[in-house]
Amino acid sequence: MTAIAFDHVGCDFVTPDGSSYRAVHDVSFAAAPGAFVAIVGPSGCGKSTLLNAAAGLRVPSAGAVTIDGTPLAGLNRRATYMFQQDALLPWKNVRDNVGLGLVLAGVTRPEAGRRADEWLARVGLSTFASHYPSQLSGGMRKRVAMAQNWVIDRPIVLMDEPFSALDVHTRQRMETELLSLWDEGPARRTVLFVTHDLEEAIALADEVVVLSAGPASRVVARYPVPLERPRDLMELRTTPAFIELYKSTWSVLREEVLKSQRGDASRAR
Amino acid sequence: MRADGFSRMSIRASQIALGVAVLGVWQAGVSLKILDPFFFSRPSDIAARVATWVATGSIWRHLAVTLEESLLGLIIGSAIGIALGFALARSPFAARVLDPYITMLNAVPRVVLAPLFLLWFGLGIWSKVALAVTLVFFVMFFNTYQGVRDADRVIVDNVRMLGATERQLMRHVLFPSALSWIFSSLHTSLGFAMVGAVVGEYLGAARGLGYVIAQAEGTFDTTGVFAGMTVLSAVVAVVGAGVTRLERYLLRWKA
Repeated sequence: MTAIAFDHVGCDFVTPDGSSYRAVHDVSFAAAPGAFVAIVGPSGCGKSTLLNAAAGLRVPSAGAVTIDGTPLAGLNRRATYMFQQDALLPWKNVRDNVGLGLVLAGVTRPEAGRRADEWLARVGLSTFASHYPSQLSGGMRKRVAMAQNWVIDRPIVLMDEPFSALDVHTRQRMETELLSLWDEGPARRTVLFVTHDLEEAIALADEVVVLSAGPASRVVARYPVPLERPRDLMELRTTPAFIELYKSTWSVLREEVLKSQRGDASRAR
Repeated sequence: MRADGFSRMSIRASQIALGVAVLGVWQAGVSLKILDPFFFSRPSDIAARVATWVATGSIWRHLAVTLEESLLGLIIGSAIGIALGFALARSPFAARVLDPYITMLNAVPRVVLAPLFLLWFGLGIWSKVALAVTLVFFVMFFNTYQGVRDADRVIVDNVRMLGATERQLMRHVLFPSALSWIFSSLHTSLGFAMVGAVVGEYLGAARGLGYVIAQAEGTFDTTGVFAGMTVLSAVVAVVGAGVTRLERYLLRWKA
């Protein structure tokens, strides 16, 4: 049983000069229900493209994405998507932003507000319910986005470098909060987490999928992460087991990063 | 707002000083016989005329008609402009088809339409409303169109992923996003609505501020012309301040 599976997925882009560019080629892998899977790769390797295909925001040019065994058609209604960029609605206050998914699903506004408040308490933003996003710090906005995504109870969570814009300390706090959200509740959700940061990938995930340098990225390696849970992210990064995993994964990823840099250099010439 | 470091008081005081200075130079110019009062009247006469109009109450019915025409023009023009702006922003094919026609229509000087509207809609208020509509419509249309197209791609994707239908997307994202564009054009539209109404009255009517100004002009009464202009500007300023307040409330989420 898989929650989400990529089956020989390929994605083409049309470049401004009219030719076609293959971003992702023949990608196949699957995530079991409740698994936390991280996708890493050099920048420009099509990680986000793959996530958009899983969300149904982009239709693959080849292959298919299957959700719980059914090929995905249209938007993925079993998944939420946390974007790299700010995606909160600037004209709605924090409470209305968090409750939006519920309102869209037909929940009454007072009820949506009440449930939004519960989630705001969980991410420590109760006192900011009436603030607008422009009045919050970057880390607070990410927390609101997290609550906005988790309040609608969907079994799959897609995350595209959600914390890449944050400073190191805020980022570590957000990672810890993400893991505790994922860990609590009766059933874990399936998480697909795209990042370019290998440390973050290993610290959070059950499995790390390494993509090759673009164009035509494919899966070059998959590493299970057998570290125990719950994980203490403050300490984890200095444990021998973590360092061992990091070394072996980095040896593969380093090759791809170098290739992508050589590729950039040759294109620049 | 005090981000630029100027206090509200000093700005207000300078504004008043500038106005007084301009009027003072004008008044002095006429007194010193540099300016001919026949062509330029004088501020004190204009103020006296406005005061008489207000005291006798004769100006109110003209003002009421002009405001009614402007308001109707603003409402109808905005409604059509916003609706069409939305429709075309959501339908790129129709937008491409209609593009040259919209450009052509917008290039037509509205004054040449006035006689046609007089024929079609008569000497009453509706020919003036129609003229105001043709002015307001394009401003609203272009701004709504641009505002909807300008909606942040990521926010649109986010709200779609959160489960929005096309209609919900409109309500929660596209309309609020367009609103800041619509509001920034509301000041211009308001001015245009008044222009449409007054020009319409000027060319053929039995009441309204445009009619008052035209009558004064017909008798070389420059004081009357300036007094009419003064009332018109004052009204636009007052209504504009109201729009600013409404805008500040509706766009309060902006930092």
